[in-house]
Amino acid sequence: MNRFAELLDRLAYEPGRNNKLRLITAYFRDTPDPDRGYALAALTGALSFKHAKPGLIRDMIMDRTDPVLFGLSYDYVGDLSETVALMWSKGGGDYCESLLGHPSPQPSTARGEGAQLSAALSSPDKSKATGKTLSVPSPLGGESQGEGHPAGSASDDRLRTSNLHNNPPPPTLSEVVTTLRTLGKTDLPKQLARWLDELDETGRWALLKLVTGAMRIGISARLAKTAAAALGNKDPHEIELMWPGLAPPYLELFAWLEGRGDKPVNRDPAPFRPVMLAHAIEDADFATLDPADFIAEWKWDGIRVQAVAGRDERGHMQARLYSRTGEDITKSFPDLVPSLHLPGAIDGELLVLREGRVQTFNVLQQRLNRKVVSPKLMKDFPIHLRAYDLLGDDENDLRELPFVERRAHLEAFVKKLRDPRIDLSPTIAFDSWDVLMAARANPANAGAGEDADAVEGVMLKRRDAPYLPGRPKGQWWKWKRDPHIIDAVLMYAQRGHGKRSSYYSDYTFGVWTSGEDGEQLVPVGKAYFGFTDEELLQIDRFVRRNTTEKFGPVRHVVHEPDQGLVLEVAFEGLARSPRHKSGVAMRFPRISRLRWDKPPREADRLETLERMLKDVTAN
Amino acid sequence: MRGSSLRMTGKIRRKASYISWMRPQDILIPLPAGLCCKPGGFHIDPVRPVERAVITHGHSDHARPGHGAVLATQETLDMMRLRYGDNFARTTQAIRYGEEIQLGDVTIKFHPAGHVLGSAQIAVSCKDLCIVASGDYKDAIDPTCTPFEVVPCDVFITEATFGLPVFRHGNAADEVKKLLASVALFPERAHLVGAYSLGKAQRVIALLREQGYDAPVYLHGAMEAITRYYESRGVALGELRLVRGMKKADLAGTITLAPPQATSDIWTRRFPDPVTAFASGWMRVRARARQRGVELPLVISDHADWDGLTATIEATGAGEVWVTHGQEDALVHWCKARGLAARPLDLVGYGDEEEHEVIAADEAEA
Repeated sequence: MNRFAELLDRLAYEPGRNNKLRLITAYFRDTPDPDRGYALAALTGALSFKHAKPGLIRDMIMDRTDPVLFGLSYDYVGDLSETVALMWSKGGGDYCESLLGHPSPQPSTARGEGAQLSAALSSPDKSKATGKTLSVPSPLGGESQGEGHPAGSASDDRLRTSNLHNNPPPPTLSEVVTTLRTLGKTDLPKQLARWLDELDETGRWALLKLVTGAMRIGISARLAKTAAAALGNKDPHEIELMWPGLAPPYLELFAWLEGRGDKPVNRDPAPFRPVMLAHAIEDADFATLDPADFIAEWKWDGIRVQAVAGRDERGHMQARLYSRTGEDITKSFPDLVPSLHLPGAIDGELLVLREGRVQTFNVLQQRLNRKVVSPKLMKDFPIHLRAYDLLGDDENDLRELPFVERRAHLEAFVKKLRDPRIDLSPTIAFDSWDVLMAARANPANAGAGEDADAVEGVMLKRRDAPYLPGRPKGQWWKWKRDPHIIDAVLMYAQRGHGKRSSYYSDYTFGVWTSGEDGEQLVPVGKAYFGFTDEELLQIDRFVRRNTTEKFGPVRHVVHEPDQGLVLEVAFEGLARSPRHKSGVAMRFPRISRLRWDKPPREADRLETLERMLKDVTAN
Repeated sequence: MRGSSLRMTGKIRRKASYISWMRPQDILIPLPAGLCCKPGGFHIDPVRPVERAVITHGHSDHARPGHGAVLATQETLDMMRLRYGDNFARTTQAIRYGEEIQLGDVTIKFHPAGHVLGSAQIAVSCKDLCIVASGDYKDAIDPTCTPFEVVPCDVFITEATFGLPVFRHGNAADEVKKLLASVALFPERAHLVGAYSLGKAQRVIALLREQGYDAPVYLHGAMEAITRYYESRGVALGELRLVRGMKKADLAGTITLAPPQATSDIWTRRFPDPVTAFASGWMRVRARARQRGVELPLVISDHADWDGLTATIEATGAGEVWVTHGQEDALVHWCKARGLAARPLDLVGYGDEEEHEVIAADEAEA
């Protein structure tokens, strides 16, 4: 558990993706089965046991600490699990006792002398307390009677050793996971207290994060699987493919990764297939491409998904929805499951449709990252799948077929489904790049009609392209619509993280509006990419030379009508936001150009953004 | 409640009254210039220039220039000279641990504080009443300075930098192992360890050597003088090199000690993909570490942690405790819950260096 805790601790601070991977892979390499398997389960969210509620943790700490000290500490730290992890004193039921008799964390002669002196000098009632704690502390004393032995023999061993030694061995991650699976609710506090006694600060923090189900350390399931794949130099897609057939602690997976076992077979009736992705097309590319080789369709601004259905051994239909990275997101969209009633694998875009009209991404966003999907949510944001491609039809794998043939299969499949929630993504007729360019510039007139606002651009797919995993060169191209552009003024700058920690690389920018004090800038967004390394150096230098105030890590950069830096900001969309002072929020803002030539007074105004907002909502 | 010096009665008075009429606040009293001993005619760690100063240790918030006469350990005097030049005071006098000196009506005696090289607690006795001003101290093992010594007393003046029960520093050797594990995992990156240049940096180097790390350790230029001084006092630190003039590629896989402020500034661009570490007791709290953009927090402190503070207070046997710079409230509460008379001392100018330190004066401690 302590090694796992160390990993979580390190991951929580590490900003770089590659470094996170290295840390996780190193952990998998060093840690034996089954601990590493349970760690992989914890990182991929595959563990589910009844979580301890924060209230329980709070009660436990209240029982053994002074409430005033707890209050001051909690205020200072700001996180319950962390406060408890740090304040926990071993074996204490009575806080006065535990405060007096803390075991010295490091061998300190000074402290040893101190204890004796203390006993000698203190008043009778104090020496009584000191005497108690000077005797060999027995963290589990009084608890061993009537103990439920939930962890079996391992726990018994620990109990015995703990009665002999001051420091019983901390639990392994496997022990924690397997015990929690079977432990009754009433036994939970006692078991938790025992583990908290045995672990160090970081171990306690990790344990509490684990049992309260609130890890939040910025690791996606995909990243954890990629790290596991690196252990055996495998493609993470392979793990993704077999994943639904695997269960913690993943012994066969690790055996295969270390070359000790056969590749696990995915017997899942609705497996994920690695997704094919497109390259962004550049102007120069068109000269080398023949329009006749390509089929074009709209690039919908939703979420790319794979919808798979298949029959399990008992003949029941199983349907799953996967994100493009292979994460199972079926639970978030239960309303789509009944529509997946034919065995097959559709590659498509998840959208919200109201009265047949595709809604913008902002609307779809209301359905994302929800813990509970309420009937009201499903009714107000009706989910829809727009199909691009068919990867499997019943038992037949279609991925080797050319796109034009898969498209024919897809059309037949969607027809056979006859489901209002699933339709075909239409193709765009064109015979030259100019015609397609016109369609891209004005989708409403080129077939997208009233759905044009949800069109992000155009996709070009080679008629003869098989369905290949990853981003193969020259097969699929995306040709996005031009982003929205505004000129905004740099207002605040903040240091970046990791490699960028010595640079001011996060920028808050604003546009002009009329306020009580006349013309003033109001922040409308934040961006931390889009610029080149050279431009980053230039902005960084500008920030350092033009700082007017510092608030902690934030620098207030000069932004006067005639003094300041104008940034050309590109963004994909705009939404109303009561949380922002300006009332608008940008989607995917990035710095597209530095306008050293432009004085701040000539930057855009908030009204321009408000007008764009009106245009969007009016459609 | 704060600052009411007349509340200090209780045990002390009872204990001492049959011998003396003296109250502790007649011996030491907090004034704007610092803790003042009127019967001895001196201030302890004054923050403003005074005629006679007695100084606990060399950190810049405690040891300031411009006093008339300064009494301190040889090491503290040397450090002040190193930082402020030869004329940092009109006259100086060195005192050894265990040595007693009569000043006016009081006797003072220096005892090791275990904080940094030369750091001392100052026991001030007048008749039968003994007050110990401990300055900054720690009761954990530190290979670079004389270990802390418990001094029995009537009134104990303690710091409270880490005066909350969430601060438990653990074993510093384990933190250094964490650093070495990271160096092994990322051999192509440089590891930058933010550490205050007086005390913390040398301790981290010594801990690295204890773990068997024998490669050269690199130093930011601001640390050179004080680190060489430690070596001159017999603290073995192995091979040390300056970062200045090194090629970027050659710093891969190395460990560099730098003032904390430098680890997040332009200076770091000379290192290959640096991992930013910071050795400080504050690193115990995640939000603090994250706020500073630290990737590898190392909980290594030159101050006593909560357990150390409370154990020390107990051990001194003092019936009265004055608490200064830090989280006074929690420690005062703890003392009172134990029936000890306790109050915060409203001294300003100490211990807030964490947020304000700059490279030129980075030696202030945390």
